[in-house]
Amino acid sequence: MEVLAAEAGGLRLQLNVLDYVLLTLYFVTVLGVGFAARRAIKTSVDFFLSGRSMPAWVTGLAFVSANLGALEIIGMAANGAQYGMMTVHYYWIGAVPAMVFLGIVMMPFYYGSKVRSVPEFLRLRFNRPTHLFNAVTFAVAQVLIAGVNLYALALVLDALLGWPLWVSIVIGAAIVLIYISIGGLSSAIYNEVLQFFVILAGLIPITVIGLVKVGGIDGLWAAVRSSELGEKALHTWRDTGGTDNPLGAHWFGLVFGLGFVLSFGYWTTNFAEVQRALSAKDMSAARRTPIIGAFPKLFIPAVTVIPGLIAAVTISGLGAEEGDYIYNNAIPLLMDALLPNGVLGIAVTGLVASFMAGMAANVSGFNTVFTYDIWQTYVKKHMPDAYYLRVGRIATVGGIVAGIGTAFIAAGFNNIMNYIQALFSMFNAPLFATFIVGMFWKRMSAAAGFWSLISGTVASVALYLLYLADIVPFNSDLEESFWGAGLAFVTAVVVAVIVSMVTPPKREDDLRGLVYGLSGTTAHGTAVMEADEVWWRSPVILGSIALVLSVLLYLPFL
Amino acid sequence: MTDDNNRPADEMVGEGADLERVSAAARLFDVRRVIGGLFVVYGLIVAVVGLFDSQAEIDKAQGVRINLWMGLAMLALGAFFLVWQWLRPPEVPSAPAEDDDRPPMH
Repeated sequence: MEVLAAEAGGLRLQLNVLDYVLLTLYFVTVLGVGFAARRAIKTSVDFFLSGRSMPAWVTGLAFVSANLGALEIIGMAANGAQYGMMTVHYYWIGAVPAMVFLGIVMMPFYYGSKVRSVPEFLRLRFNRPTHLFNAVTFAVAQVLIAGVNLYALALVLDALLGWPLWVSIVIGAAIVLIYISIGGLSSAIYNEVLQFFVILAGLIPITVIGLVKVGGIDGLWAAVRSSELGEKALHTWRDTGGTDNPLGAHWFGLVFGLGFVLSFGYWTTNFAEVQRALSAKDMSAARRTPIIGAFPKLFIPAVTVIPGLIAAVTISGLGAEEGDYIYNNAIPLLMDALLPNGVLGIAVTGLVASFMAGMAANVSGFNTVFTYDIWQTYVKKHMPDAYYLRVGRIATVGGIVAGIGTAFIAAGFNNIMNYIQALFSMFNAPLFATFIVGMFWKRMSAAAGFWSLISGTVASVALYLLYLADIVPFNSDLEESFWGAGLAFVTAVVVAVIVSMVTPPKREDDLRGLVYGLSGTTAHGTAVMEADEVWWRSPVILGSIALVLSVLLYLPFL
Repeated sequence: MTDDNNRPADEMVGEGADLERVSAAARLFDVRRVIGGLFVVYGLIVAVVGLFDSQAEIDKAQGVRINLWMGLAMLALGAFFLVWQWLRPPEVPSAPAEDDDRPPMH
């Protein structure tokens, strides 16, 4: 089997008719969901926010699935193979606390104020310039990142199945286009829930057979200890007093850079994520959305980081600079080596599904912000709702066509696209600073919102450009991103305070339901508690369990 | 609760809240049926293939009859969703009057 694969040109998987049947069944189901969801769309709120009707387990799984793009899966397995267990920081400290915080602390403001998007919250809390800046940068970023997702999908399908790049790009884009422009967010969310299970069904056999091969979990630890990775790859916090550890990260950077600024910035202000919670049927379900998502997030390393380690100890030559044995191919190489036809088809379907999940999240976030926050707010107001529904569908087409364009540009400038993606990730840290100060300090003025967002963004982008130009040196991209995020956060907070001191505050009545301590319609204590009578529906209890679990999971790997 | 609601209603946000009342989303089919259906089909196909796996395929998977086991697992997951939906069918949407956490309209 392996000889065959080598003859066919490296990493070419030997899919048979059965595997293609499984992949086709998936495509048919995804499109079927899109067409079936169409019946449930009468208004723009149905299209963009699923009519705020979704149960919490659906939005919760969609919340985690929207982040479970293939870049995430392939990248985390690659990190697992390269750095070992320290990769779990991206999950246990770099995601779960922020998800719990979003559910417990921030969701009452988002959901309670009835805003339809994250930028819209900025418009109510601050002013229109703040809103416009955020809406436009978000919309542009989503289109570019959708293009990157599409290009990555095409690269993987080219390597695994030998499909030409343009075929994968057009097919992938067409399927996402059809099911979102027809079925809207409901279709995106339902497919994300479906994708969640298909992705797991694809990753679990890789992990199980891989563990059998290395002699169980103890066999894996023993093999890692005697490999090049060594003992240090089995620890997460050891030697983080300095930077002499696999990630080259200091504990302070891990806790405040990754665990606080980067992670809170991404999870709490990224509309592609928050949108899932806004579609929930009531406040309680909205608050539980990210917390329910946190539970699978806790255990996803078992099917990404562990296969990465398995690949590191079983595939000789893994870690090459280029070619088939780069770290990013850890999971595809395991699929090739271990999976017979049948589960192989499921695993390929899972990878394709995860690319679509990532891209669909970008596109559904984009069309909502474009329609509500740009078109309805600044271009054409007071039109009948059916008009905005149509704008949303056209925006979906436009966003995807632009995404295809960026995918083809990315094919020529791979590194530039990485830079662009890194650049936009920097917009999150100052945004989080502006949000958190604005939500907890009613004195923060409208002008302060605008200037803190701009100055924080400028600070992080400037530091990044200086790093690219080798003027300010850092040990790694990762280290730069910690410092860039930290600098952006501090700058945004300082500017927010200074500008607030010299500009007039907003009227308290205008801030009701938007700021902590000024209760509004549903951020009101009793309204929040009403739906939480059963303990297992309480966001605080569920969130605490998730946090305790993330601490417990660290214990074997200190 | 009504007393607290004195932030001037935002025109556009209010429009969104109005639209939720005529929302058609209640007619949305149940996602449990989709997951259940796809996984039952996947499970059946993969499990049946697993029954007839050749020795080479079993050897490749380190001696694990992975198709059979994953097939059965997917079948169980699919059945779980179908049974769940059968036992607890989607709630019939209640009349708008029952929605108590919606801001009063003017």
